[in-house]
Amino acid sequence: MLEWKWAYSLEILPRLLSAAVNTLIAAGIGYLIALVVGLVFALLQRTGVRPVTFIVREIVEFIRSTPLVVQIFFVFYVGPQFGIRLSPWASGMIAIGLHYASYLSEVYRAGLDNVPKGQWEACKALNLNPVKTYFRIIIPQAIPPSLPAMGNYLISIFKDTPMLSVIGVAELVHTATTIGTETYRYVEPYTLVGLIFLAISLPAAFGLRRFEAWVARYFGMTK
Amino acid sequence: MQSYLEYLDQHGSRFLDGTLITIQQTIIAGLLAIAISLVVGLMKLSSHKVIRWPAIGYIEFFRGTSLLVQLYWIFFVLPLFGITFEKFTAGFIAVGLNLGAYGAELVRGSIQSVPRGQYEAALALNMSPYKRMKRIIFPQALLIMLPPWGNLLIELLKGTALVSLIAVADLMFEAKQINGSTFLSAESFGTALIIYYLMARLVISPAMRAFEKYWAKKMGRFANHA
Repeated sequence: MLEWKWAYSLEILPRLLSAAVNTLIAAGIGYLIALVVGLVFALLQRTGVRPVTFIVREIVEFIRSTPLVVQIFFVFYVGPQFGIRLSPWASGMIAIGLHYASYLSEVYRAGLDNVPKGQWEACKALNLNPVKTYFRIIIPQAIPPSLPAMGNYLISIFKDTPMLSVIGVAELVHTATTIGTETYRYVEPYTLVGLIFLAISLPAAFGLRRFEAWVARYFGMTK
Repeated sequence: MQSYLEYLDQHGSRFLDGTLITIQQTIIAGLLAIAISLVVGLMKLSSHKVIRWPAIGYIEFFRGTSLLVQLYWIFFVLPLFGITFEKFTAGFIAVGLNLGAYGAELVRGSIQSVPRGQYEAALALNMSPYKRMKRIIFPQALLIMLPPWGNLLIELLKGTALVSLIAVADLMFEAKQINGSTFLSAESFGTALIIYYLMARLVISPAMRAFEKYWAKKMGRFANHA
């Protein structure tokens, strides 16, 4: 029967915590990419140009219905085949950013669709150009109702970062596996990784619920 | 194009083997996830703390950590407690337990969104709690939860790709092996991605939509009303 070694746990904890920082950085960068690219995906689907709408729609569907881990491998290994060498970090961020961009584009889409028609008509009546219409009038109104869903994907992206371990990004799971192979003890590293995830994602989920309530109050939305 | 056909000719059977394993994993993990979400989802609705709290703990735990961490924990750590699973078993258990937690929230949410009047009417008709759930509440809740279940099953299919990391020879695993021996990465991972996509778009989505339509009809509503 196994025993839990406290001394060993304390010894590996600093390494795991610094890996946790990497995990958070990865989640943050991936999320930023997803926020921007997701908006681009959403806006491209509203251009009204049939081929563009169709192609972007299919790309989003494709990315959403295939496993992230395969996409990570794809981005990492396909580049070199054509002479483009990407670091594990770069390919990981591209893969995870694009994956979540396709999810976020759906969130934006729903948000944009929910802006009342009168707002569009008012913009037209005031002769605002499309850029002004979107960035001054429509998007600011589309964002608040979308915030809860956007927050959920931030937590999801955080929980999906362990997949980056498959191409050697030194995040939590990768570090735990490295420690495990060095010392032949897997109980403490993997258990601690699980606990670190809980320690971050549970408060984050709680904070998100508070934030949702605040958003609803602040923007005067009734649920 | 020619070379890709040759590639498929050479490695197609391995992709097929992998796909079959992925399908098995998806079906078994899916059944497990459905069973868990029904039990845990109903438990979370219980008015008894002793029943409700384990359900909350289960959901928060499995939704709070990563599927990959859970999979590694089940496969590498549990054996040290004397519980050893074969890798295939460990794979679908991890995927099923994880997606079951998400499913439980769907079950809970949809049951709660059945209008209160339905409960009251069933109560007024003196139905037993079991009959109330089985005959009145659940059929209506099912109508509400089916569309998100379609998405969840696609997430489940995607989740099974992780079992390749504990060396279950699924589609992802075969793609990785073929890539390792041929160095044709675009072909290997691209083919795997396309197969996953086809399974999601041509099997899971239409099947779920058909079931939604069937159920809506059975419930006597218009499909687009749901």
